[in-house]
Amino acid sequence: MRPILMKGHERPLTFLKYNREGDLLFSCAKDHTPTVWFADDGERLGTYRGHNGAVWCCDVSRDSTRLVTGSADQSVKLWDVQTGTQLYTFNFNSPARSVDFSVGDKLVVITTDPFMGNPSTIQVKRIARDPADQTSDSVLTIKGPQGRINRAVWGPLNKTIISAGEDSIIRIWDAETGNLLKETDKESGHQKTISSLCMSADKSHFLTGSADKSAKLWDSRSLTLLKTYQMDRPVNAVAISPLLDHVVIGGGQEAVNVTMTDRRAGKFEAKFYHKILQDEIGGVKGHFGPINALAFNPDGRSFSSGGEDGYVRLHHFDPEYFSIRM
Amino acid sequence: MAAVESARPQAAKLRWGELEEDDAGDLDFLLPPRVVEGPDENGIKKTTEYRFDEDGNKVKVTTTTRVRKLGKARVSKKAKERRNWAKFGDAVHEDVGSRLTMVSTEEILLERPRAPGTKEEPSVSEGLGPVQPGAVLMVCRTCGKKGDHWTSKCPYKDLAQPPETFVERPSTADAASAAPGGAGRSAYVPPSMRGGGERTGTEMSRRRNDENSVRVTNLSEDTREPDLLELFRTFGPVSRVYVAIDQKTGMSRGFGFVNFVHREDAERAINKLNGYGYDNLILRVEWATPRPN
Repeated sequence: MRPILMKGHERPLTFLKYNREGDLLFSCAKDHTPTVWFADDGERLGTYRGHNGAVWCCDVSRDSTRLVTGSADQSVKLWDVQTGTQLYTFNFNSPARSVDFSVGDKLVVITTDPFMGNPSTIQVKRIARDPADQTSDSVLTIKGPQGRINRAVWGPLNKTIISAGEDSIIRIWDAETGNLLKETDKESGHQKTISSLCMSADKSHFLTGSADKSAKLWDSRSLTLLKTYQMDRPVNAVAISPLLDHVVIGGGQEAVNVTMTDRRAGKFEAKFYHKILQDEIGGVKGHFGPINALAFNPDGRSFSSGGEDGYVRLHHFDPEYFSIRM
Repeated sequence: MAAVESARPQAAKLRWGELEEDDAGDLDFLLPPRVVEGPDENGIKKTTEYRFDEDGNKVKVTTTTRVRKLGKARVSKKAKERRNWAKFGDAVHEDVGSRLTMVSTEEILLERPRAPGTKEEPSVSEGLGPVQPGAVLMVCRTCGKKGDHWTSKCPYKDLAQPPETFVERPSTADAASAAPGGAGRSAYVPPSMRGGGERTGTEMSRRRNDENSVRVTNLSEDTREPDLLELFRTFGPVSRVYVAIDQKTGMSRGFGFVNFVHREDAERAINKLNGYGYDNLILRVEWATPRPN
């Protein structure tokens, strides 16, 4: 396949997100400016100007009218997708790390980093239909996990919130009361910080990637470990294919090898694994730096990867991909 | 891709002296209209435009683009509308020539991992390690180990020699049990008595020569007789050289023969040149016939 290279960001990419229909791709990077691209040919549509710090995460509403972004400048901003205007800003007293719309787009879950004595928190805010009615009140605030929470997402039917972070424990919280319902234990869970988390299309299972060089597949309701995928490098980004039984995992580089690797060579690859058999299907090379973000198009026919090199690579699969047999 | 040709403006109808600089814009009617040759079956679209450049030259710009269909997408109505949205933010002033988005020049494949048991990269074994280009491979004739040390520096000097390597007849390093004095070795045979000596004339000498024949293998493709002659004549007079040539390609088949006049020259040549690096290959130099004892 011929990937489309999009160099709109000057700094490393942090997150990629497709909209529900799969025609828009939102990219977040450390350069303060989330960007939206057309997902078929990679043409840039626009940028959202306003943040003063690295943008860590974003999410788009189901009707593709609202974009929410979380940034290291201690704010979460709500944008109008079409025009790029800021609709609302939620301010916090520490950097915001992860944002996720609930099903129905009425609520958003936000995590904030531990900062200056404040512990990390998970907060739920209500999103009003009309931006004029928007308030900053938190519906729910959860404090508790030690260390940074790298990702928090809504569980199936908005009943739960699933969080994962630096303490390598995945926790499931009740979305209404904030009580801790389940958490993973040390033996079966990850051994090092969890860098990324991706829900399946129907939210019945999710994939986490960790610096312990593995990615694990979990059941969303019972938090049982379903599968483990072994990588040879710390995992920075994971994604589940909505169409086939594939997962893709992107990683970084062992700190030990940094001085020895030829970074110009485009050798960093996104590895495809069979979701059920756990076998490696193959790798897609091309990035000049560690891969920090991966996303599948909801139609499953293309995927994009964002790297430390500032490039977004958009891949449309060849017909052979759909007939891979293990 | 753009091809640019320039020609003096055809001012047949207008007197150029009457034209002023800023009338250049009005000369557009002199330019042929733009022609677009639509995407043909290979997807190549050619756009031919004409314009005036700064010096007033008429310039023809041909832009060849390949229109490539990446795939079919079933687009929802909303998505179609979004396609027509206006650009915002930093994208407002983007022109078509912006280099932000480009298709990779390389074809990237989903590389399947090699199944275990299939061919892997042949790893360098035998303790040879990667040989730097230009370096000479150190061969030790005593122990036969390559790349480690030269013969004179051989730590295994007094070990039994492997049978293939030539043993210098007058002085040998035999099995460790051999007394240094020379007892147990064959009695000294003067050169004139060895192998019969030069008793008769040329017939004998020819026969001697054949027994003084040295086979040289692992020659490079362009090695020829003069090269071998040059190489071996330092050891003594050479009566004949021969390099096997492939008649079809004209290149050396990699081996040849050198006939010395004197046997001891042949011996010395074998000792010195076996394992010698010559034209990027390591020569193998040995007796042509089964080693006469």
